[in-house]
Amino acid sequence: MRWGLHLGVVAGLLSLNWVLGAYAQGNVARIMVLATYAMGYNVAFGYTGLLSLGHAMFFAAGMYGLGIPMYHFGLPAEAAFVVALGCGAGLGLGVALLALRTIGVGFMIVTLMFAQATYLCILYFAGWTRGDEGFVLPQSARTLFGLPLSDPDIRYLAAWALFSVTLCLTLWLATRPFGRVLVAIRENEDRAALLGYRTWARKVAAVTLSATISAAAGAGYALLFGNTGSTFATVQYSILPLLWVLLGGAGTVIGPLIGTAFMFYLIDWASDVTTAYMALAGAVLVALTLFAPGGIAGWIRSRLWRGLP
Amino acid sequence: MTLLETRALTRRFAGITAVDAVDFTLDRGEVRALIGPNGAGKTTLTSLLIGRLAPDAGSVHFGGRDVTRLPAHARVRLGMAYTFQITSVFADLPVSENVALAARRAGRGAHVDETLDRVGLPGRGDTLARDLSYGHQRLLEIAMGLVQAPALLILDEPTQGLAEAEIAGFRTLVREIVPDTTVLLIEHNMAVVMALADRVTVMDRGRVLAEGTPDAIRADAAVQAAYLGTDRC
Amino acid sequence: MEFGPHLMLALIEGAVMSAVLALMASGLALVFGVMRVVNVAHGEFYMLGAVVAWFVATQVGGGPAVAFVAALVIAPLAVGGFAALIDMTILSRIGYDPERTIVATIGLLYILQQGTLMAFGPDARPVQAPFDARIDLPWVERVDGAWALYWPWGLHVTAYKLFVIAAAVAILTALWLAMRRSRAGLMMRATQWDAETAQAFGVNTGRVQAGVFGLGCGLAALAGVLIVPIQQAHYLMGGEALLSSFIVVIIGGLGSLGGTLVAAIVIGMADGILSVFFSPIVARIVATLAVAMVLVFRPAGLFGTRRA
Repeated sequence: MRWGLHLGVVAGLLSLNWVLGAYAQGNVARIMVLATYAMGYNVAFGYTGLLSLGHAMFFAAGMYGLGIPMYHFGLPAEAAFVVALGCGAGLGLGVALLALRTIGVGFMIVTLMFAQATYLCILYFAGWTRGDEGFVLPQSARTLFGLPLSDPDIRYLAAWALFSVTLCLTLWLATRPFGRVLVAIRENEDRAALLGYRTWARKVAAVTLSATISAAAGAGYALLFGNTGSTFATVQYSILPLLWVLLGGAGTVIGPLIGTAFMFYLIDWASDVTTAYMALAGAVLVALTLFAPGGIAGWIRSRLWRGLP
Repeated sequence: MTLLETRALTRRFAGITAVDAVDFTLDRGEVRALIGPNGAGKTTLTSLLIGRLAPDAGSVHFGGRDVTRLPAHARVRLGMAYTFQITSVFADLPVSENVALAARRAGRGAHVDETLDRVGLPGRGDTLARDLSYGHQRLLEIAMGLVQAPALLILDEPTQGLAEAEIAGFRTLVREIVPDTTVLLIEHNMAVVMALADRVTVMDRGRVLAEGTPDAIRADAAVQAAYLGTDRC
Repeated sequence: MEFGPHLMLALIEGAVMSAVLALMASGLALVFGVMRVVNVAHGEFYMLGAVVAWFVATQVGGGPAVAFVAALVIAPLAVGGFAALIDMTILSRIGYDPERTIVATIGLLYILQQGTLMAFGPDARPVQAPFDARIDLPWVERVDGAWALYWPWGLHVTAYKLFVIAAAVAILTALWLAMRRSRAGLMMRATQWDAETAQAFGVNTGRVQAGVFGLGCGLAALAGVLIVPIQQAHYLMGGEALLSSFIVVIIGGLGSLGGTLVAAIVIGMADGILSVFFSPIVARIVATLAVAMVLVFRPAGLFGTRRA
């Protein structure tokens, strides 16, 4: 039943490739990559209960981890993607080993500070990163296994592949003991330790995995849409996945996609009306904390289908 | 045969010596009750045994092995199980998942339903833990300890909040699991202590005041003076 | 300019920074100390103070001095009152749960910042200082084997900057005295130690909490009013200020006003000096990593006491 629902979503998204017009197709491709980022964030926040305010550094690690080798050294996309994953995992592990020595508010602030430092380093090393401006990856380099990513269909399918693999991975983990123990740690860490679980090691694993997925999204974004820039390392890009996950439903597999899609279109609509569209994001955040901390999928889970993973 | 041993175990809290150079031994297969007035150091002692607190001095030995430096989760993996004085379960998860989490880590995932039956919570698997009554939540805690088939089960005030029939069920349960499991329980309910315990250890102000069979303890004048009073039983 | 006078200039700039920072950080520390919540929107109240000050100054005639005094009185009260309202409607509803409060105040940050963008526009707007006297400062040099004073060109400070430092000292002293000596301060400390017991003793904890939140944000607004003649009012000015306050409060020890003060002085000075002699980005990187490391290895800050 669970696999059925999620595979259905995957198949549905695939079919949209041939249904949507060019503008919508590009948007959905973007949504799928950003939803991958949200799913990465969800592993740490939704499942393990670790509220990080610094995930932009992992997204940026992937983005520049792919972009810099490709742009400065001509590395092919496939290899650069692997490098990006390595950067994400490495940074994730390093941050986890330090930041997990704190809990709650301390953890939030430490992750925020590390992300700020990363952002400032990106600005400082503008020789490599081109700072604010960022750099554009040439179209000729943006090919995957020989297929040109500038072709909108190929690009959509690549985004879909990234999203689907991540979705299936998170669903698989959520239903296995690994995911169940993360939930136990979130619910009552003391108790989990007293049942014999090595809670610290598992939290490190969760953060590292979360960082790697976020980096994959960042690398995917740079590869598929061609640009990099320091804005992707700012606090805003750490807040957005939190917003998407909260709205869609933290600790559910399908929640991140729902939240990302919803906010994408909401902000898209709002930015036609005013440049201050983030005010709307702010209002949604406040409303969520006041009235619906479980988000959309959380509501579904409590009212309609208890077993929603 | 000694299962658990402490040597000169000490723990202080900002000027108060909660546990004062305690030498404590537990034999395999016995049921030991740990009693004493409030503030005697009973919960501190069990916290030191399970590894929730680190001692200021002394050592803890389990199964012949020095576990003083081991963190709590490692001791649980060696075969200790612990229930909290203030109920601590996974409130927002179903009862069966609570027990399953305990069972899986010990490789006993198949025994969840059987354990729920044994403690007196048959068929309650789908209920959320927070929706159980207080007494049933305590039974759930016991189930989570039991399902691990531990060598040593440490219970902190397990009958608190239980109705008479449930207490009777608890007594039967404990009788069933020894001698495979050794049981250490902190208890204030003297009827349970007298009926269940093979031996009783009395603590007062961080020290072991007396140790012996339930009858010997009841007759001990020092213990009466410190704790029992005349019509507690 | 030689090293000596240059350093002195840096120190004065640092002192002004420290003064303003100390006010802002005290507000943040107060709110955390009494209510155990981290107000991520704190920087936006600072910005609102500056923006409201600009607004008041443009409306009130009578010269820059009168306008400034009006702004100094009105802005903190208005912003503080608004903050108290937010506390009563939003924060108390979510029970001051630490994580939910952070998320809610993040949302608030965006609402206030972007709302200001819509109403105020993206430009920086200046406010004139109430008095403009320039004071030249002396430095020493050796002349014919003896020390003598001379006035290096470029080494001066405005009277207004000195006023800012003095005002900050006065306000913080008053705050400290109020916390220690007054009934209101007693109620605040009681709520901090044990809200339930305080309530049982008849302290209206709801009002205390709203009041404290209003006071904390009012202090930030006050800092904004003081800084606006030196910098200008701009809708994005809250971000940097927030980060700096965070740094000060954490290194000083969350909840400890004394530690916050010391940290503000140290960090304001260090920032001033580092920025004058090195690149400001390096200064920021060092500061942010320092905060992270302090939290990781000494979670109580450098001066705070461990509170459960």
